Amino acid sequence: MADGSGIAATMTSPGAGRVPMGMMQRFLQRRSTVAFLLCLPLIALIAGFVIYPAFYAIYLSMLNKKMTTFVGFGNFAFLLKRHTFQLVIFQSCLFAVTAVVLKAILGFILAHLMHNIPGGNQKIWRGLLLVPWVIPLALSTLTWWWMFDPSYSAFNWILNQFGLENVPWLGVGWIARICTITVNVWFGTPFFMIMYLAALKSVPEQLYEAAAIDGANAVQKLFFVTLPMMRNIISITVLFSLIVTFADFDIVRILTGGGPQDMTHVFATYAFQVGIQSGDIPLGAADSLFMFPILAFAAFFVLRGVTQRTKEIAT
Amino acid sequence: MAEVSVRKVVKEYDGGVQAVKGIDLEIADHEFVVLVGPSGCGKSTTLRMIAGLEEITGGEIWIGGDVVNDVPPRDRDIAMVFQNYALYPHMSVFDNMAFGLKLRKFPKDEIKRRVDEAARILDIGMLLERKPRALSGGQRQRVAMGRAIVRNPKVFLFDEPLSNLDAKLRVQMRTEIKKVHQTVKTTTVYVTHDQIEAMTLADRVVVMNHGIIEQVGTPQELYHNPTSRFVAGFIGSPAMNFLPCRIEEAGGGGLLVRVGSALSIPIPAARTARYAPFKNKEMVFGIRPEHLVERREVGKAGFEPVELLVDVVEPMGMETMVHFFVDGAPVCARIDPATHAAPEEMLALTADMNQMHIMEKDSGKVV
Repeated sequence: MADGSGIAATMTSPGAGRVPMGMMQRFLQRRSTVAFLLCLPLIALIAGFVIYPAFYAIYLSMLNKKMTTFVGFGNFAFLLKRHTFQLVIFQSCLFAVTAVVLKAILGFILAHLMHNIPGGNQKIWRGLLLVPWVIPLALSTLTWWWMFDPSYSAFNWILNQFGLENVPWLGVGWIARICTITVNVWFGTPFFMIMYLAALKSVPEQLYEAAAIDGANAVQKLFFVTLPMMRNIISITVLFSLIVTFADFDIVRILTGGGPQDMTHVFATYAFQVGIQSGDIPLGAADSLFMFPILAFAAFFVLRGVTQRTKEIAT
Repeated sequence: MAEVSVRKVVKEYDGGVQAVKGIDLEIADHEFVVLVGPSGCGKSTTLRMIAGLEEITGGEIWIGGDVVNDVPPRDRDIAMVFQNYALYPHMSVFDNMAFGLKLRKFPKDEIKRRVDEAARILDIGMLLERKPRALSGGQRQRVAMGRAIVRNPKVFLFDEPLSNLDAKLRVQMRTEIKKVHQTVKTTTVYVTHDQIEAMTLADRVVVMNHGIIEQVGTPQELYHNPTSRFVAGFIGSPAMNFLPCRIEEAGGGGLLVRVGSALSIPIPAARTARYAPFKNKEMVFGIRPEHLVERREVGKAGFEPVELLVDVVEPMGMETMVHFFVDGAPVCARIDPATHAAPEEMLALTADMNQMHIMEKDSGKVV
């Protein structure tokens, strides 16, 4: 930046006397100005599609159902008292936390297995395992929904072959909850796998060799070398996945529609039901805003840890 | 403390490429041995096989009287210093050094005592709380050495430890490594491609090339009595001059070296019998730049006058390199900086033929 200003100053100095044009030129030639202008389209997009809707949602959440009167935090208080919404908070947390933990563990195991597959075969397996992640989620969830069907599903057919009873996969609260989590884990694990695989590949081989000579066995290498070296990637991947999983809509909407008895609703599907289907837009907006403090809290701590560690270990 | 023995060791990679082709090497207890050679000569592979980081295709490696072919690195009781230091970036200097001891479940007091002692030897006591990131290259290298020292292992292994340092620091660290070996007398195997490092540090130098050992000897032996053209050319800087030649009869029963039509120099009488069998054969004449000096010593036995046309003069301060072409082959002389040598002029030199070497043209064997 200092260099750039220096160059700009040298370039414009002959014209500095001719006042207004010179100043304009200087302004346009400043690196920060150019950078700002180049970023402007993105800033406009973010402002139009993120910042404005966010503030509009806050505004909406403070109106009554007819959107005529300001009710302050009334909608929030109303939601918190409602049993269904308490279920939604519980289910959203259960859904997001369980799914993210399972995805993180499975992704880590898969990444390790993948890392140890030699040469070209690794690419084939990596490609195959990425398939769930590249299929549009709504379509793959429809396939899962069909497989969970109580009468004609593949799963029940398999159970029947072993002489077992049909299971009402999506008809009983807890089983349906597990099913939604399973589909989310199936869909999201490849993302973890690919992120962890990249992180594993970036750990210098010599650290493992040094640890082997220092006396570490495989488990100790995992805990004292691999995990500490991957902590930043693990944190960021978990945070990112937590945000996406919390905001999940497709899986629950397609598999269960929030049922049975609202037991599988998450914030997004409940907001859709309340706001769009029942026509109470302010209440739906209030519902969706509940995610914000939870995620902001998580993001603050995760990102603080990442920054701290980056400062410590960056060479 | 232990001796290391490498017996008929072979390393073959997938695809049949042999990196090490059946080498034998005996390293005595407390000895400092340096493996030196150009890139791809198999020196690092040999070291890594001793460390257990590389599987052995054939042969045996013994450490302290035990065959360790199938013993994992952690049970070989060795310590290694890597080229890139391989410090754990998330651990402090203290933890880096203590890691091996913690894994071996040493008591806390003992760990602290050993780390403090190593830190004192290496003068890094004030850095113990820092992370590797906050250290300079030289300090990191010291920490890596400290990590090796605290373990008090049977064998120290160094894999090109100074390659990442700048020239000045390299010289300084070289001295430090020598000092550490004088203090902590552990058997040491040190790999480098820098022959000066090899010469200054080693009790014995092992010169490797194309997966075999060319010669093993003290630095002085390698310098004065190389057994092959490769060793003669590899040891010494600038490298030895090699000129295609013929050994011919001179008057009075003596021999002379003839380099093309341009140059013929009498061979000292003491070497006549040695070179007689190669009379009239195509051979290679080798003489080091430092044995081609300005004409002062004429009259002494074996010091012969030579006159050459100067091509380039390189003053280096403490000495001056003068380059010539003799019968199309480049020749370098290392002479007094007070020289009057100038390009395109003849320079009168003296060749110390007592230090000459004659090699077979095809095999490169020194005769």
